Amino acid sequence: MKIAVCVKQTIDTEAVITLDADGQVVTDGAALIIDPYAEFAVEKAVQLKEANGGEVVVVTVGTQDDVPAIRHALSMGADRAILIEDANIDTTNPLAKARILAAVLEAEQPDIIMGGYKSGDTGQAQTLPRVAAIMGIPQVGWITGLELEGETALVDHELDDGVERVSVALPALFTAQQGLAEPRYPTVRDIMQSKKKPIDTKDLAAIGIDPSLVGPAAAQVVVKSYALKPEREGGRIVEGDVPDAVAETAGLLASEAKVL
Amino acid sequence: MYELQEEERMILSMVDSVCTDIIADRAAEIDEQDEFPQDIYDVLAEQGLFGLAMPEEQGGFAVSVNCWAQCVARLAEESPAVALMLFVAAIGADAIMTYGTDEQKNTYLPEIIAGEKKISFAMTEPNAGSDVWSLTTSAKPTENGYVISGNKMFISNAEVADLFCVFAQVDVDGERKPAAFIVDAHDERVVISAHEQKLGLHGSPTCPIFFDKVEVASDALIGEVGQGAQIAFHALNRGRIALAATALGITRASLKASATYAEGRKQFGQPVFDFEAVSFMLADMRIAATASHGLIDDAIDAFVNDARDVKERVAAAKVFCSDAAQQAATNAVQIHGGYGFCKEYPVERYYRDAKAFTILGGTNQIQRRIIADEVRKQFAL
Repeated sequence: MKIAVCVKQTIDTEAVITLDADGQVVTDGAALIIDPYAEFAVEKAVQLKEANGGEVVVVTVGTQDDVPAIRHALSMGADRAILIEDANIDTTNPLAKARILAAVLEAEQPDIIMGGYKSGDTGQAQTLPRVAAIMGIPQVGWITGLELEGETALVDHELDDGVERVSVALPALFTAQQGLAEPRYPTVRDIMQSKKKPIDTKDLAAIGIDPSLVGPAAAQVVVKSYALKPEREGGRIVEGDVPDAVAETAGLLASEAKVL
Repeated sequence: MYELQEEERMILSMVDSVCTDIIADRAAEIDEQDEFPQDIYDVLAEQGLFGLAMPEEQGGFAVSVNCWAQCVARLAEESPAVALMLFVAAIGADAIMTYGTDEQKNTYLPEIIAGEKKISFAMTEPNAGSDVWSLTTSAKPTENGYVISGNKMFISNAEVADLFCVFAQVDVDGERKPAAFIVDAHDERVVISAHEQKLGLHGSPTCPIFFDKVEVASDALIGEVGQGAQIAFHALNRGRIALAATALGITRASLKASATYAEGRKQFGQPVFDFEAVSFMLADMRIAATASHGLIDDAIDAFVNDARDVKERVAAAKVFCSDAAQQAATNAVQIHGGYGFCKEYPVERYYRDAKAFTILGGTNQIQRRIIADEVRKQFAL
């Protein structure tokens, strides 16, 4: 069994996000981590490997700056990694990344492809469904469980008000929702051993992709700028006797909040 | 300052996660219960933290002492009692690592690294603290080994120890020579009393021990008879680096808690952070943390290179970091005002814990004596 996990590095989800004058996120000096949703996928992939044998391959589109996230996945138990690094790639464009990932995964022929259902930073939830579409394989998003039965995967697909159990023929792509697996803490031994695991860095030529398909010109959607959410204003406490307070609250809901 | 290697940054990041996810929630409880937190010890062992700066031949990971010290500091930000688990293991095992035979290393270190056995450093006595020469515990030579008799005081983690690294005097032709021995803590003639009720560092039990004519084989001797002082000084240097790092953790924790509180606490219509009196205390904590880190790295540089002035540089780190931690914790309580005096906020615990580090591992006064002696030598006075 070969499992490929698509991994992205993001700004620490606990970090305070700052924007520059152009509305772009300041990444200089920000703490970077493996994307939390990708981390759920890595954990599940490693658990499947431990139970069934096989190999876990990490695939990342990025730069050498993303190596810490890749090394983290390797320290959790993934066996090797492929990093696609090329100055021509527009890494902000999900379509470009999907084309690259699909090309790498076509060559790797994994039984299962996994990743986060979205990333913790831009949260577009675009890349991996596009990979499945390009490759022409089934995909189930937002999974919170995965079991194998021969060549079939039984996955739990989270819905708004419940869970749908889906049977999927492999190869297939699954995107992880929180709850799929609790990521382990790599031990010191795991970390030291991860140093010896290979990271195969390839450029676009090596995977046979035309740079014009993945460069800025190929983007059909462009994020112009970001803005922080306005700070929440403090609530208002209506004091007084209950009948008076209820009447005043109702009045405020009608006149100020305009919800009645 | 030493720049951590890539894998060392990963180790520190893992320790950070363990601290945030597991230890942070237990820290106040550990303080309140004042019992050795075996569950946390097991986590540290499982993560491999007892093997950090240990030799690879015995299953250790041989990372830099700097990385090990920063892990100690990070653990101490949550709980100095937990950080001291690494201190106790390192100071206890130092003699075996540095002066032990291959057989001793292969027998004891793998179990210590795996967390299967805990070793404590048993040197201090009721009337002998940092003065190794005045120890009264004796090791009387027999046909097959030694018989150890005497009292020890303030032995960290003694009540959970499996092994002791014991310092005792051997009578050689009427002359008393200090030596180090490995002693089984579960020997029935080793009597470990209940732990002291301390001001702080709850969860790190400190006990008196009585060695009641404990027989050990000749291979329990570490190094040679007469080498005890040298062995003790080496272990104490390693230990003082860990104590300095633990103190640094308290300084950092004091800064973090105080900065967060000062920004959220509003008086006269503005965060108290905006008041110069408060912000200068925070700035001083930051300076102290940065300077502590620098002095710890300098002490480590001296320690790993066996520098001629290692004792002085380690003493300087230990003195500065512990004084700084005590000042930072005091100011943290001050910034929190009345809340800082209550157990609801962790700075009350930092305040009690910080005091220990000006005493543990040799008081700051004896450390200053060490430094002053070097000053006198330098100027040939």
